[in-house]
Amino acid sequence: MITEQDVRHIGELADIGIQERELGEFTHQFNAILEYFDLLDMVEGEGTVRHELTNVMRDDIVEPSLSQDEVLKNASGSEDGFIRAPRVM
Amino acid sequence: MAEENVIIGLEVHCQLDTKSKLFCGCSTDYRDDGPNTHVCPVCLGLPGSMPVINKRAIEYAMKVAKAMNCAIVNEAEFSRKNYFYPDLDKAYQITQYDKPLAEGGHLIIEGEEGGERKIRLTRIHVEEDPGRLVHMGNAERGRYSLVDYNRAGIPLIEIVSEPDMRSPKEARRFLNKLRATLEYLSVFDSEKEGSLRVDANISIKGSERVEVKNITSYNGVEKALTFEIARQKSLIRRGQKVARETRHFLEAQGSTQAARSKEQEHDYRYFPEPDLCPMHVADWVLGITLPELPDARRERFIAQYGCSVNHARTLTGELKLANFFEAVVAQDPKALSPLAATWIADTLIGELNYRNMALDPVDPSAFSELLYLIMNGTITDKNGIEVLRVMLDQRMKKEATESPKAIVTRLNLAMSKSDSGALTSAITAALDENPKAIEDYRSGKAGAANFLVGQVMKKTRGKSDPAEINRLISEALSKKEA
Amino acid sequence: MGGELCFSPDDRYNAFLRVCERAPHGDGKLSGTAVAIKDNISTKGIETTCASKILKGYLPPYDAHVVGLLKNAGAAIVGKTNMDEFGMGTTTENSAFGPTLNPRDTGRVPGGSSGGSAAAIAAGMVRMALGTDTGGSIRCPAAFCGIVGLKPTYGRVSRYGLIAYANSLEQIGPMGRNVNDVSALMQVIAGYDRRDSTSVDRPYHHTPNPEIKGLKIGVPEEYFGPGVDKDVAHTVRTAINRLEELGATTHPCSIPSMKYALAAYYVTCTSEASSNLARFDGVRYGPAADTKKTWHEAYQEVRKSGFGPEVRRRIMLGTFALSSGYYGKYYAKAQVARQNVQEDFARIFRDVDVIVGPTMPTIAFKLQEKTDPLSMYLSDILTVPVNLAGIPAISVPCCGRVHNMPVGLQIMGRPFDDERVIDVAYAYEQAVA
Repeated sequence: MITEQDVRHIGELADIGIQERELGEFTHQFNAILEYFDLLDMVEGEGTVRHELTNVMRDDIVEPSLSQDEVLKNASGSEDGFIRAPRVM
Repeated sequence: MAEENVIIGLEVHCQLDTKSKLFCGCSTDYRDDGPNTHVCPVCLGLPGSMPVINKRAIEYAMKVAKAMNCAIVNEAEFSRKNYFYPDLDKAYQITQYDKPLAEGGHLIIEGEEGGERKIRLTRIHVEEDPGRLVHMGNAERGRYSLVDYNRAGIPLIEIVSEPDMRSPKEARRFLNKLRATLEYLSVFDSEKEGSLRVDANISIKGSERVEVKNITSYNGVEKALTFEIARQKSLIRRGQKVARETRHFLEAQGSTQAARSKEQEHDYRYFPEPDLCPMHVADWVLGITLPELPDARRERFIAQYGCSVNHARTLTGELKLANFFEAVVAQDPKALSPLAATWIADTLIGELNYRNMALDPVDPSAFSELLYLIMNGTITDKNGIEVLRVMLDQRMKKEATESPKAIVTRLNLAMSKSDSGALTSAITAALDENPKAIEDYRSGKAGAANFLVGQVMKKTRGKSDPAEINRLISEALSKKEA
Repeated sequence: MGGELCFSPDDRYNAFLRVCERAPHGDGKLSGTAVAIKDNISTKGIETTCASKILKGYLPPYDAHVVGLLKNAGAAIVGKTNMDEFGMGTTTENSAFGPTLNPRDTGRVPGGSSGGSAAAIAAGMVRMALGTDTGGSIRCPAAFCGIVGLKPTYGRVSRYGLIAYANSLEQIGPMGRNVNDVSALMQVIAGYDRRDSTSVDRPYHHTPNPEIKGLKIGVPEEYFGPGVDKDVAHTVRTAINRLEELGATTHPCSIPSMKYALAAYYVTCTSEASSNLARFDGVRYGPAADTKKTWHEAYQEVRKSGFGPEVRRRIMLGTFALSSGYYGKYYAKAQVARQNVQEDFARIFRDVDVIVGPTMPTIAFKLQEKTDPLSMYLSDILTVPVNLAGIPAISVPCCGRVHNMPVGLQIMGRPFDDERVIDVAYAYEQAVA
C-alpha cells in the first residue's frame, strides 16, 4: 500500500510537482495500478534479455555541428552565446 | 607520511583524446572556440536524438585496461544515471553501471622509502562528460547560471581505485603514474585544461568515509587530502564523530566544505540504455599491442643511458620529457647522456617551472648544442645556465630565437682560456683587494676559497673555469707565503 | 515534378495540430502525395509539440530520418497530427490541444495515440500518414477509424528524430486508406539509419500479394477470451473464416505470458518514459523556466504546468519502478516477462505463419467514457504483446461492423516478416472489397 506521503516523496524524487489537491486521487490510482503490476510476481527466473545486435559503433570521424544560432534558437534565454538557466543554489 | 590508519581511494576521470565525442560526431577540440559551437542534436539532448558509440573511445579504454592488468568483462553495456542538473542536458548521463568494460587491475607506484607499492583498481569504465556551468549574478541583481554544452558528450574514462592509498603523497604518486601511463598510451592529453578530475574517498580507520568531489588539479588532490585528514583527525581527537558526507574542495582556500543536503542522497535509478546495444569486446584485448610503458622505459633509461634511478624516474615521469631526453642524446648517447640527464631532470625542469612554461617550445637540437658547448669547455656550467635562460625567455615571449652559439657570442660568455693574462691580473687584483679573505684562507676557514674564486669570477665575468681559478689562487698564495 | 501542394482541409475533427497550407514537394515515388506526420516526429522548422504544452513553440533544427526519406521521395508534408500527449494514451483525449473526434462517429474517440493521423485518413483529408506504435498506438486508431495501420518489426524503421516515449518498444509506422498505400509508404520509410543504434539493415521492397493458399494461421485463445466484446470477437472470427475460404488453415494456440504482458508493458514504458521526459526543463527548448527561481523550484514548476495529468502519472510510476529497492521487483522482472512473451511467439511461429485476432477488445469508446487510468490501460491488452516481442503487426478493417463502428482485424507475423503480414491483410482486403 502506497500512502499519500509515499506519493509525495516519489513526486520529489521525480521533481514532478504534484498538486496537493491531486494527491488523494493520484494515490488511489497509483495503488490500483501497482496492484496490477504485482502480476509480475508470477514471472519466474532471472534471465537477461537477449540482444539481437551487439557492438554497434561508429568511426571516430568529426561531423558538422549545429551553429551557435541554431543551438540558441529554442532556448528561452541566452547571454554571450551561453544558455541561461535558473541558479543551482 | 604514510599511516596505516589513513584510508584513501580515488575515482579519476580523464578525457579520452578522440577526435569526436563519445556518442556523436561533434569535434572535441572546443577549448579555443565560443560557447555552444561544438554541439549537435545528440549532445544537446534535443528530443528525438540518439547516441551512437565512438569505437575509438572503446579501443582506448581497452588499451588502458590492458596496460593496468584489468580483466575485460564479457558483456559490457551502457546505463543511464538519472539526475536533474542544468549542465546535464538529457537529465541523465550515459555511463556504465553494473557492466563496466573492465574490472580489477592495479598500478605500481613508488613506495614511501623507495621500493614499490601496488595500488589495486576496482574497475574501469567509459562515460560522457556533462556540459559546463558558469555561475552568474549576485544577491542584488539575482543569481542565475549560464550553460555551455561544448563539453557535453566528451568521452571520459573513469578509473576507480581500491582504498589502498595511505597518504596524500601516495595519492599524488598514484595520480602521476596514472597520468604518465595514459600519456604513454596516447589516449590522454594532460595539458588540456580540465582534462582530469578526481573524486577522493578518505577515512580514518574506525570512522566514517568522506567523499571529496570534483578536484581538478594534481596539487589540489594533495591539498584536499591533507586538509581532510587533518580535519577528520581533529574531530576524532575532540571526541566528535566524522559525518559520512560529500564535500567539495575549494581550490582557492585549500579546504573542503560540506555539500548541500540535496546533493548528499541520490537515487540515480540506473537502467540499461535502451538506445544502445551491448558490447562484446573482451577479444579486442588480444589484438592490442601496448607501447613501452613508464616502468619499462625507466628501466631502459637506466640500462641504456646509465641514468640514475632518480633521474630515470623523473625523465620517464612524463612522456614528452622522456621523448625530449632521447631526442637530445640521439646523436651521441654515450657522450651526452650523463650531462643531459642532470641538465634536463634538474636544471631544465626547474627553469620551466619557474616560468610556468611548457616543454614544447624547446627544440631538442638546440638543447644538445648547448650541452656540447658545456661539454667541450666553451662555456662554464654557470654560463650555460645563462644561455639556457635566454633560450627559454626567447621562446616563451615568442621572440626570434638564437642558437646557443649565437647567444654565447652576443653576450661574450665564452670561457677565456687563451686570455690567461686577464685571468692572472684578475687573481692578483682579487688577492690584493681581499687581505682578510687571504687570512681566512690560510687559517683554513671554510668558504674563504669559494669567496676568492667568486671574486675572480666577477672580474672575469664568469668566463673562467672555477677549478682553474682555485688552482691558480692556491699556487699564487703558496708563492706569496714562500 | 517538384512543386507546391495547396492544403487547407476542413478539419472539423481536430485531426491536425498545424497545417502547411503550401506544402513543397519534389520528385520521386511519392511525388506530390500529401502525407501527414504525427506530432512526435521531428520536422525541421515546423513546430513539433507531441501535443504537449511543454514543447509549445519548439522548432526542431533537424528532420527525423523518416522525414528526410519522405522528402527525398517527393512527398508533400502537409501537417502535424494530433496525438495523446507524448504518446501516452489510447484515445487522443490526452492531448493538451483538445481531443480528435472519430470521423465515423464524432461522439466517439478515434483511438490513440496516433488518433490525429487516423482521423485525417478516415476523413479523406490525406491518403497517408505516419504514426507511432509503442503499445498499439497505430493499430488501435486504425481499428477504431476503419483504416489500415502497420507497426513494423522493431528496428526496420529508424527512430532518429522520434521524440522518445519508450525506446525499446516504439516504432514509426505507415497508416493509410488501404494496404497498397501502407505498403508504398513503408517502402519509403523502412531501411537502415546509422544514426539509430537499434536500426536493422532490412529495407522493404514489396508489392502486396493476395495469394495465401496454404497459409497457416494461429488463433490464440487469449484473443477471444472474456475481456473481448462478444460482437467484436464474432466479427473477427467471420473475417478469419474469409481467410480460410482463400486457402488458409487455422490452428488454435495459446500465449500463456499474456497473463502478465500488460503489466510488463506498463512497467517498461513508464520507466523509460520517466527518464526520457526528464530533459524537458524549459532551458534549451519549451516555455521558459523562471530564472528568478532556483533550479529545482523552476524545474518542478515547468513540469507541473507543462505536463498533463496522465503524463505526470506515468512519470511517477516509472520513477517508482526504477527507484532503489524496487528495480528488481518491477523493471528487471518486466524484462524477463518480455523474454517469455518473445519465446511464446517464437514457439507458436514454429507451427504457424501468422497469428490473427481482434486489434482491440471493443469498438471505439465514447468520448470521456474511460476516466479510470487502469481501465484505459487494460484496453491495450491485445496490442502490447506485439511491442514486447518486437514483431510486426497490422490492423485492417473487418468487413462487418459493430454498432455501425469499424472493427480491426490484427495480423501478427514473425520478426522481419512484415511483407507476409502485408500480404495477408491485402488478401483479406481484396476479398471483401
